[in-house]
Amino acid sequence: MSNPHTTEMSDSSQALSSNLPDVSAAAEAVLFVSAEPVTIADLARALQCSEAQAQEAVRLLTSHLETTGRGLQVVAIAGGYQLATRPVHRGAVGRLMSREPGKLSRAALETLAVIAYRQPVTQPEIEAVRGVGCASVLRTLVERNLIAEAGRKPTAGRPILYTTTPSFLHYFALADISELPPLEDPPDGPAEIIEV
Amino acid sequence: MNAPAPRFTLPTFEGPLDLLLHLIRENRVDIYDIPIALITQQYLERLAEWQASDLAVAGEYLVMAATLLELKSRMLLPQPAVENEEEEDPRADLVRRLIEYRRYESVVAALREWEAYRSGLHFRGAVENPDDYMLPVSPGALRGPDLAAAIKQLMRDVGIEESPVSAIVPRRHVSLKMAMVTILRRVRNAPDGIRFSELFDQPVTLAEVVIAFLALLELLRQGSIAVSQRRPMADFRLRALRVGAIGA
Repeated sequence: MSNPHTTEMSDSSQALSSNLPDVSAAAEAVLFVSAEPVTIADLARALQCSEAQAQEAVRLLTSHLETTGRGLQVVAIAGGYQLATRPVHRGAVGRLMSREPGKLSRAALETLAVIAYRQPVTQPEIEAVRGVGCASVLRTLVERNLIAEAGRKPTAGRPILYTTTPSFLHYFALADISELPPLEDPPDGPAEIIEV
Repeated sequence: MNAPAPRFTLPTFEGPLDLLLHLIRENRVDIYDIPIALITQQYLERLAEWQASDLAVAGEYLVMAATLLELKSRMLLPQPAVENEEEEDPRADLVRRLIEYRRYESVVAALREWEAYRSGLHFRGAVENPDDYMLPVSPGALRGPDLAAAIKQLMRDVGIEESPVSAIVPRRHVSLKMAMVTILRRVRNAPDGIRFSELFDQPVTLAEVVIAFLALLELLRQGSIAVSQRRPMADFRLRALRVGAIGA
């Protein structure tokens, strides 16, 4: 499965120079103060420039931080951009923060996977795929804001529909739901195709 | 001090589909041509092991056991002599579910990987303002006064000044004595007497009925009125008995 977390290196000569253009420096300032992902539209409004210019400012900032060996990086996450520490410094940051991030259970990950690919989806539909009851897992995921209720399915019983949230993207450091790889059968299966 | 009750979960399996996939891999058999008899036997053995070690076996596992046994019996039936192309392999439905479930296994592995990657990223927290709370608020974190303070803050922020409560709700005081006077007056003004239900204006409150009934009993005791009732649960008819002072 492909990893979306590979940084696109820019060979722009501007990135190699020590000075950032003002607009990129301003973008850095905006990203620094924001506690959540900043969309290009918001960034353009803050910088009073076009979205294309804002995008370019982020690109330059990204490569600048990369080439100058900074401890921070720009990450595309949950529909916007944010400054984050580089994973290589997790040890240093972790010793200061002294907070061990909790991991999701396999049941939670399975449930999230089914929701992510089949959203909006109901509890019975999730349970049909997983083959086990999901009520308590769903409750936990809603509490953690990784999924949200999105209306009800207009079928018998009007079951609640669930979708993933921006927090879901943020939790897995995904820029967009489209970064999820296509759902494929593992290659070890035999060639014959079962009728569906 | 009580130790927390030990929690047992079925070891390493997320459900019957997970267990079946494990058995299929362990036996290196083709998922599209599952030897049902063999897999069913191993599946049931595994369930028996769990039960022997006092692990609760979730209902889903038992449902799957029943499905497997049914499949096994159907596989034993002789094939129809006529080749029927519409006839589906009895295992097809189970295979479809296993394939569908298996698709998500690689996704789970990817999510696990991304979760680990993401845990190495640290972001700036929200700009700290101790008066702000991020939703969702965990249960018990806030109390009533916090909510009241938040509403006051919000009203100030949007320019709505808090105005003092000015409405005065009059309190009606109904005493037993007043009720007796009222009832007696109305009964005496009606030569044929009145019905108990006529004493009240709609809508009637429970307190009014209770007070009126207590007044009625008191008037009866004094011998000021007579009360008749045609049958149980029917309305009362009240008549004045004699002219006299109330109470005293």
